[in-house]
Amino acid sequence: MALRITELTKSFGGLTAVAKFNLALGERDLQGIIGPNGAGKTTVFNLITGVYTPDSGQVLLGEQDTTRLPSDAIARAGIARTFQNIRLFAQMSVLDNITMALHAHAGYGLLDATFRTATFRREEARLLTESRDHLARFGLLDRQHEQAGSLPYGEQRRLEIARALATGPKVLLLDEPAAGMNPREVEELIQLIRQVHQDFPLAILLIEHQLPVVMELCREVQVLDFGQTIASGGPRDVVRNPLVIEAYLGEEEAPA
Amino acid sequence: MSSPSQPLPTAPPADSKPPRVRFWMVCVAVLVLAIPLQLLVDAGLYSDVLNPYYLHLLTVIGMNIILVASLNLLNGYLGEFALGHAGFMAVGAYTAALLATKVLPGAAAMPPVIGTVLILLVSLGGAMIASAGVGYLIGLVTFKTVGDYLAIITLGFNMIIVNAIQNIEFVGGPRGFTGIPKNTNFVAVALCVLLTIGVLRNLIQSTFGRVWLSIRENAIAAELMGVSIPKAKNWAFTIAAAFAGLAGGLWAQNQQFITPRSFDYSKTTEILVMLYLGGMASLSGSILGVVAYTVLMELLRNLLSTFAPQLAEWRMLISPLILIIIMLTRQTGLLGNREWSWLRPKQGA
Repeated sequence: MALRITELTKSFGGLTAVAKFNLALGERDLQGIIGPNGAGKTTVFNLITGVYTPDSGQVLLGEQDTTRLPSDAIARAGIARTFQNIRLFAQMSVLDNITMALHAHAGYGLLDATFRTATFRREEARLLTESRDHLARFGLLDRQHEQAGSLPYGEQRRLEIARALATGPKVLLLDEPAAGMNPREVEELIQLIRQVHQDFPLAILLIEHQLPVVMELCREVQVLDFGQTIASGGPRDVVRNPLVIEAYLGEEEAPA
Repeated sequence: MSSPSQPLPTAPPADSKPPRVRFWMVCVAVLVLAIPLQLLVDAGLYSDVLNPYYLHLLTVIGMNIILVASLNLLNGYLGEFALGHAGFMAVGAYTAALLATKVLPGAAAMPPVIGTVLILLVSLGGAMIASAGVGYLIGLVTFKTVGDYLAIITLGFNMIIVNAIQNIEFVGGPRGFTGIPKNTNFVAVALCVLLTIGVLRNLIQSTFGRVWLSIRENAIAAELMGVSIPKAKNWAFTIAAAFAGLAGGLWAQNQQFITPRSFDYSKTTEILVMLYLGGMASLSGSILGVVAYTVLMELLRNLLSTFAPQLAEWRMLISPLILIIIMLTRQTGLLGNREWSWLRPKQGA
């Protein structure tokens, strides 16, 4: 099991944002979380990644309990994520966005860097090569010297996913990757996620508003509404569930 | 760089043609100019052209470059707003003064050059370590603080340092610390400037620099990429403080007399003005900002004392005025975040 979540709960004041959320994400699994705005989807991600501390419940990454670790330790343990509103290092180059993500694998210390020792030069060259190879896999190599913030929207999304993968995660959390995309971009994104799922040894958990993405990619889907899981199962069964139609689809005739 | 006949698709095109000025070339050039200059001035030759005053001015520029470049690490690269840099400088200055006068006076009896070099190395090393220690503590205290709060805390720290020194009779209290031997000269300062710029450049162009920049760009994303922000911030504070301490140690052994008030927030403000004038997150900008500011202030001083001596004191209004003008018209400073080629990474990243 890549990620096992049991009874995860978080309240803000009187409002229960997430109530007893459960998830069993297998190795190389691909699951989705859907639900209307404000249902608590991103809060689940924030709880998993340590942005918020849960009131109760447990998050197990493989064998390791990451429930109350700080965000950076959780990331180093192997959970990477992207953000609903893209959070790139906008004024850094595309290449540096990736090379930065390799910081935990730098293989040299402060003194090596200060005096540019042989270790530093060797390891730095390796980091650059790895970063460029990684960019090439995502078709972003010819953009490497551009500022990340100047890329078109679709490529910023792609770079953010590439950056998350550069850390070598066991679990990848994608927070509404198709937000703000047109149908063609969504199609490309579906291809990209499928490719990532094939090529990288990891499990993916996806929050998405756009149903086609979830329908095409996810093996299993949970539907959140007001912090509660109101349905779960295969995507095709879930969207026929009357509770889901009422909570989610009935409310928004045409999902944005 | 590789030979121009073999274009690398990865290298930016602008860099591939002219032969690059490299950092070591700048080092050689600075020393080739500095050493004869120092010797000639010391010997009193050509004193009508090589006025010792100019050498003093260059020395001040050098010490200010160390201060501004190290503050740039915090305010430019890490993206914090630290307001206590003169406090770190004070720690270094008093540490070096103590080491040079009370701990190591015996070394003065050694052959002249060896004795001075020894005192200088020990006192400057001690100054850097003491300031670094204080910087580390400040980093620890402020590890969860950002923005305005960090600015206020560092400002408070600066005031604490100055007021504390004023109450320590052992180092002269408010009257200042006198009788410090003049162990530095322009060559020593130039060497320290090259060391500072070289080390900062190396760090900035390493994984440490990329992590600092990523914190500035998006702290949440950096944290979720596995960056321990307190740790990264603490390193930046420790390193920046160490170099501010180096500048303080040089300052003490150049002026031969230091008072607590020379390290109060108005010195911090002066460092800030030079930093913003040159440009944030650019070491080239730090160098240019210091040179431009110092030359401007000295020109003003000469002009005013020649033509309008009654206005001489108004010179001090100019520096805050410059800051206001920069902020209103050119927030990126003279250079923005561009670097001269000899301060850029080798592989054109």
